[in-house]
Amino acid sequence: MPPGFSASDFYYILPELVLTGGALVVLLLSVVTPRRDGLLLGVSLATVAATLLGVASFAGLDETVSRGLLAIDGFAAFFKVVVLVSAALTLLMSAPYLRVEGLRAGEYYFLILCATLGMMFMASGVDLITLFIGLETMAVSFYVLAGYLKPNPRSNEAAVKYFLLGAFSLGVLLYGMSILYGVTGTTNLAATAAALSGQGPSLVLVLAVVLVGAGMGFKIAAVPFHMWAPDVYEGAPTPVTAFLSVGSKAASFAMLIRIFLEGLPSLGGEWTFLFYLLAIITMTVGNIAALTQSNLKRLLAYSSIAHAGYLLMGVVAGTERGVAAMLVYLGVYLFMQLGAFAVVAAMRRSDVVGDELKDLTGLSRRSPMAAFAMLFFMLSLGGIPPTAGFMGKIWLFGAAIDAGFVWLAVIAVANSAVSLYYYLRVVVFMWINDETAPAASPLVIGPAMTVALVVALFGTVLFGLYPQFLFEHAEAAARTLEGIGAGVALR
Amino acid sequence: MEITSAHYTVLSAALFSIGVIGVLVRRNVIIIFMAIELMLNAVNINLVAHARYLENLIGQVFVVFVIAVAAAEAAVGLGILLAFFRNKETVNIDEMNIMRW
Repeated sequence: MPPGFSASDFYYILPELVLTGGALVVLLLSVVTPRRDGLLLGVSLATVAATLLGVASFAGLDETVSRGLLAIDGFAAFFKVVVLVSAALTLLMSAPYLRVEGLRAGEYYFLILCATLGMMFMASGVDLITLFIGLETMAVSFYVLAGYLKPNPRSNEAAVKYFLLGAFSLGVLLYGMSILYGVTGTTNLAATAAALSGQGPSLVLVLAVVLVGAGMGFKIAAVPFHMWAPDVYEGAPTPVTAFLSVGSKAASFAMLIRIFLEGLPSLGGEWTFLFYLLAIITMTVGNIAALTQSNLKRLLAYSSIAHAGYLLMGVVAGTERGVAAMLVYLGVYLFMQLGAFAVVAAMRRSDVVGDELKDLTGLSRRSPMAAFAMLFFMLSLGGIPPTAGFMGKIWLFGAAIDAGFVWLAVIAVANSAVSLYYYLRVVVFMWINDETAPAASPLVIGPAMTVALVVALFGTVLFGLYPQFLFEHAEAAARTLEGIGAGVALR
Repeated sequence: MEITSAHYTVLSAALFSIGVIGVLVRRNVIIIFMAIELMLNAVNINLVAHARYLENLIGQVFVVFVIAVAAAEAAVGLGILLAFFRNKETVNIDEMNIMRW
């Protein structure tokens, strides 16, 4: 048999193939039976569920398939589950939002599924080319989704800004990758690690680390590279913003960990220092900028920037426990962040945009359920005890201290305290009773949105009370990663 | 004079720098976009030169993917820009100011 792909290579990407097929069916259905939005939502959700089943059936495997292009391991499976759950929640909260905005659902669901497909390849790719193709599949889908409200100038502007900075960051990332290829002669991460082992950091390699780090920094919205995030988050349709802040961030972290921990362990000292600085600046600037925001989506954008800073602590620690804690935090962040955006999306009605902080006024009376859910999401984002956010933070900060980064943990704790101010400000707005508020009518929340809110709330509460489930899976996932414990130089 | 891979690396670095500077100083979105294409082509030159020097084909495979992705991005990017132009009748980046940069 000539060297090439065999049938087994396709066996291992069955979940991705199911997702691709489902996405194409959605696109076809939207042409054949226009205006059957319920059917399209059903098919999209069924596709995501089938993909999730496929991923679950590969649980426990730890193999490199497709001639070293993809790794089917616990780490990939964890991220795939995170991405698919966030896609499902996004689809649920999109349905009522699209109806209010009067948008066509077919292409929208198709693009959400395509972005999910790209994220899945980012999670399992162990070759620079695979990772880059996955990244672009996701990013190009998001460029279109950010500008999906075509008559809305804010959405246009968000799309142009996201596109320009996304393409720019891609150029920087690819230039770094081309240098890495020039030094090592391979794009495979394991082979890169082998080629670089025992080599000291040369100027060229440091340049490559900085360029790739900057390119990934754009994607996770770490601070010197974050300027697109607030504008894009504010202008894009709310469910897209939610997916962008959770799915895209999770997948980019997966790619970042693959490249640096698996591909460049011999440069651990260099990139640990880089991410150490990035983590501190990111969480501090994110939290301080969030204090003065009056737009809820913009506030959540800065909050998500700050969370990228917390998540980077797991990368800096570089230990198995650090990565596991980061995975736990992503699993928790998924529910609380999507839940908060679901409340914002629910407030969008035909006559109210509902993304300003003052639109929350009196929400406790207009919709006690939404206000109660939002209270939990805000407490969880701030890291208050009975919620999942607290458990995630304890683990993440503990892992940083465990790896010897005590000052980083101290700064993170101080940042969490600062962040409480603006999270509680949101809560205060909901409980203000202002009879003269223009939108004092009760808020009606449809069935799909209710399911999304309940699932998000369930996750936020459950993982706060019973975090062992998440811990065990995250630890098992982190164990399958190669090159753990690379960043020892700063300890 | 013999052209070595170092020449190509320098050419690529120069092209990449021109692209980065173009993105930072130009105000017309179309020209910024062309500058980004310059950056991607700098990457392509780097990859092809390295592939020739290392005598393996991975770099050339990479280039094919970069070109394909750049084309997809161009299509989507110009579409987005068209939607923007229909609303605001400008492609100047300074007038994208509904939201603070």
